[in-house]
Amino acid sequence: MAGIRLAVPSTASKGDVIEIKALIQHAMESGFRRGSRGEVIERDIITRFECRYNGALVFAADFHPAVAANPLMTFHARAEESGVFDFTWTDQNGQVWQDSAEIAVT
Amino acid sequence: MTTRNEFDLTRRGFMAGSTGAVLISALPLVSHASEADLIAARTKLFGNRSITEGRVSVKLPPIAENGHSVPLEVTVDSPMTESDYVKRVAILSPRNPLPQIAEFHMTPLSGRAFVSTRIRMSGTQAIQAVAEMSDGSLWSGSMETVVTLAACVVL
Repeated sequence: MAGIRLAVPSTASKGDVIEIKALIQHAMESGFRRGSRGEVIERDIITRFECRYNGALVFAADFHPAVAANPLMTFHARAEESGVFDFTWTDQNGQVWQDSAEIAVT
Repeated sequence: MTTRNEFDLTRRGFMAGSTGAVLISALPLVSHASEADLIAARTKLFGNRSITEGRVSVKLPPIAENGHSVPLEVTVDSPMTESDYVKRVAILSPRNPLPQIAEFHMTPLSGRAFVSTRIRMSGTQAIQAVAEMSDGSLWSGSMETVVTLAACVVL
């Protein structure tokens, strides 16, 4: 169910601050909604997002139920060397989704 | 003179009773956080350290037609160098069922102290962002948004 969309520039000059967008398809069920029979729909959310650049943490986020469905994160990183951006999302039960993007720094 | 039967269904009685029932059923099912909950959540995250207003700018649309997905942008005035950067930004709500919305962790590698995402808002309220700098100082900013369709009406 997890569709991941990443927007990372494929090239950058050394020292540039680049914009990164990361989206994951997830209902982020808040646990406050009720179904058609009035029963509470159980909470099911992603609680942690991390972005690593060649292993070093660049950006992380802790989510609560007030983060909208299909969480889209936009943030920045300073391009220092060619390498890989790794993205991980972890839900409340410990399930992990991963994706990565490569960047060439000149 | 006849004694009035309590269970007589008069039009006036029916109207008064049904109006009451509608009012009661319109009460929210979940309790909402209040300003006090926001302060409690802030204390849990940052302790009792003093918070100065400024350096943090929160950007939300002035009117959000749909509280299920409101675009939020937070920018902190910081050079983002090894010696001076933003460590953490907490987004807090005075009116959602839970006061904490999200916490963002940044590093000098971030380059720019900016973050954008989409949040849920249960009604018109002022969203607050608190930023913790690498030197330990705390700064805050907020913005009020009018929400026409609250996320909690449908909850």
